[in-house]
Amino acid sequence: MTAGHNAGADGLPSESVRPFMEQSGEPALELKRLTKTFGSLKACDAIDMTLYPGEILTLLGENGSGKTTLMNMITGLYRPDSGAVFVRGRREDIRTPNDARRLGIGMIHQHFKLVEPFTARENILLGLPRSRGKSAARLRGDIDALSERYGLGVELDRRVGDMSVSQKQTVEIMKALYRGADILILDEPTAALTPQESDRLFDMLRRMRGNGSAIIMITHKLSEVMALSDRITVLRQGKRVATVRRDQTAPEQLTEFMVGRKITLNIERPSTIKKPLLSINKLCVKDADGSPRLRDVSFSLDAGEILGVAGVAGSGQKQLCEAIAGLVPASSGEILLHGRDIAGQSPRQIYDQGVRLGFIPEDRLGMGLVGSMNIVDNLLVRDYRLQRGPFLRRAGAAKRAGDLVKRLSVMPPEPLRPVSRLSGGNLQKVLLGRELLSKPELLVTSYVVRGLDVHSSYVIYDLLNDQKKAGVGALFVGEDLDVLLELCDRIVTLCGGRVTGIVDAKTATRERIGLLMMGDAV
Amino acid sequence: MIGAARGARFITIRMAQREAPPPVQAAALRALALALALATGGLFILLIGFNPLTIYAGMLRGVFGTAISIRETVKLAAPLCVTALGLTVAFKMRYWNIGGEGQMSVGAIAATYFALYHQNLFGGEWPRWLLLVTMAAAAIVAGALWGLIPAWFNARYGTNETLFTLMLNYVAMYIIQYLREGPWKNPRDMGYPKIAMFPVSAQLPKVLGVHAGWIVALALVVLVSLYIRYTKQGFELTVVGANPNTARYAGMPVRRVILRTAAISAALCALAGMIKASGADRTLTDGVAGGIGFTAITVSWLANLSPPAIAAVAFLFGMLEKGAGYAQSTYRLSASAADVLQGVILFFVLGSEFFTRYRIIIGRAAPDERVA
Repeated sequence: MTAGHNAGADGLPSESVRPFMEQSGEPALELKRLTKTFGSLKACDAIDMTLYPGEILTLLGENGSGKTTLMNMITGLYRPDSGAVFVRGRREDIRTPNDARRLGIGMIHQHFKLVEPFTARENILLGLPRSRGKSAARLRGDIDALSERYGLGVELDRRVGDMSVSQKQTVEIMKALYRGADILILDEPTAALTPQESDRLFDMLRRMRGNGSAIIMITHKLSEVMALSDRITVLRQGKRVATVRRDQTAPEQLTEFMVGRKITLNIERPSTIKKPLLSINKLCVKDADGSPRLRDVSFSLDAGEILGVAGVAGSGQKQLCEAIAGLVPASSGEILLHGRDIAGQSPRQIYDQGVRLGFIPEDRLGMGLVGSMNIVDNLLVRDYRLQRGPFLRRAGAAKRAGDLVKRLSVMPPEPLRPVSRLSGGNLQKVLLGRELLSKPELLVTSYVVRGLDVHSSYVIYDLLNDQKKAGVGALFVGEDLDVLLELCDRIVTLCGGRVTGIVDAKTATRERIGLLMMGDAV
Repeated sequence: MIGAARGARFITIRMAQREAPPPVQAAALRALALALALATGGLFILLIGFNPLTIYAGMLRGVFGTAISIRETVKLAAPLCVTALGLTVAFKMRYWNIGGEGQMSVGAIAATYFALYHQNLFGGEWPRWLLLVTMAAAAIVAGALWGLIPAWFNARYGTNETLFTLMLNYVAMYIIQYLREGPWKNPRDMGYPKIAMFPVSAQLPKVLGVHAGWIVALALVVLVSLYIRYTKQGFELTVVGANPNTARYAGMPVRRVILRTAAISAALCALAGMIKASGADRTLTDGVAGGIGFTAITVSWLANLSPPAIAAVAFLFGMLEKGAGYAQSTYRLSASAADVLQGVILFFVLGSEFFTRYRIIIGRAAPDERVA
């Protein structure tokens, strides 16, 4: 929490003029040949890393490259098999999260660890020993000062449960700072933020950097890496493959480090002949306690089109997808598919009408797949009903599972393995593969690349484009605006359950979409 | 706030799920459990002043000593096996039917009605096969309806089936008591509240010296296995149990699956009640279920919801029961001491199952087994 490490930095350096911090003086954190093995898997293999006060270092790597394991060793969740951790020049043995906290290391997880009914202030103080001699007013003052110093701008007496994701994250950061963290680790901090909120977060991080904090950020988004970091360390398969300065690299090079070979970062947008397919008119959906989640949503989707849906998390995307799939009832409005209204029908009724609808829900194991079942049975979930008679035959599905595993290179290629033991990317391949096997005419996808690494994501984009070329209409609910802009034909923005705009993805800008996501209706 | 007690370190004991151990290791674990059980049980027997070896030998003799004792064991195991199979169907759907007791009772009541009063219906004696089939059918129908009560509330309003099925056990038991004291009281027992014995035509015939319930049990092992694994209905109930959201997503009629499965589960338990009443008790008492509905829960889980394993485990439970009973009558071990012995053995066997599915990590804080 002290600003003493980097006395020279002013309070608010602007990104463009800020010179790269000279790597001199004592590192805040130094990792030497840190190794961690799980069974036969070397999750981290002799990783060296140095972090200086007053810098932001991005940790980049595909899923399973060892980023999280490495961070867990710094924050006391795992103990390294070998290697050493030096904090401010002293060798430290970090055995528990408490040790890490004591050393001023704070971690902001993707899933916040906050008590929702408590206020921000209560959350910040939670779990700390009652400070001797410090009055309530004094504590209040401490927190206020902290908030001001970093421009955190959170209403501290508000219930956390009433806050937006971005505000919760700020509270989480304040919690770490208040506990004295000057080495801050953020795990995919922008996953659920709008572009504007991300920018605010970045300003905040820059201010902390200016105050001498050392920051490690884990992210998948290359645009953020290039916007924010001073240096970038890339991991691949548990090994450190490179550490580069931001001003000496480019996204293409970083991807190459990450994947191990060149891949193009351009997403194709094939042009197709469009035909009307789906038309949604004034659709309203209420949740179980009667509060409206979708209000008068209207848009159309053509066959041969990928229509993006952008919005802050919880703007009604889930209800939209589930209403189309027949999983939540529409309180009013129409969902016309080929001119036939499917609103209010169950998935089975929709299916029985001969409508072929593929749906990739956002939480694959929560809905869509059965974790304890193998790939064969998970394929059967969709079409077992078509079999005649009371008995279930698995032979056909087994063959299709074999094909799917081969065609989408699911790893490991074992159709009889419970799918809960597959990684996120492979899980998604199974789900998408199954939905594509049913030859859908309408494909509804929700955060289809969430949690997937660069390579897997591109495989998925290609699959979607193949479908598009085959005349399928796809609804693509996404969170990465760059991807939405590159992949989709048009983008619908949602805010608070309303459509705030429908823009042409070829001409729209991030900023424009960001504003629409915030509710600036056209 | 930073200087939080550094010195304090705690030894933590945690458990984590493990991969199934190789068969040899699993067998060794179970053998070890049995040895420990016998040793601990032996110590207990010694403490209450008996010779453990004599008692154990006696128990073995009680189980395997004669053809009769084996038959007696089978007789104990058959209704247990059928009930456990019934519960397993529900457990597969993660529907916690702990109403086996009540469902058995209801099945026995329905069967008893035909056993005692069938003559009032069409007059005259019925052929034995017809009467028995009718009794079984009545039990199945009554059980299914009984099972539908909590299932309907669960499917419709999301009520807790565990409490609901549990409470219905008492309702069923008191219905039997009411029948015994009132409408079905046997006038020939001279005021003593008892329900009449079944006529011979309402008693299950003996096959190889044991009532035919064991054949029903074995047939059901096969049928339930097939039902769960190889029918569309079995597939549906497994999906509904594992992930109701996916079931809805796939267009499965979730409510209907819940109702159907709960009804089947209860019907099987009711059939077990009929077998017990008609095959073993030859009358209806309020002890017709006698804890079998609860023991079946243990049997079902101990067998990891696998029907063939259920048959084996039910037989083991029968052995334990029979052995303890024999030791009790032969060596005048008190009934509670026999129960303690049974409990000790069960404790170790269940314990070993725990160790085959979980491993224990003794360490200092840091959770370490999650691959990131």
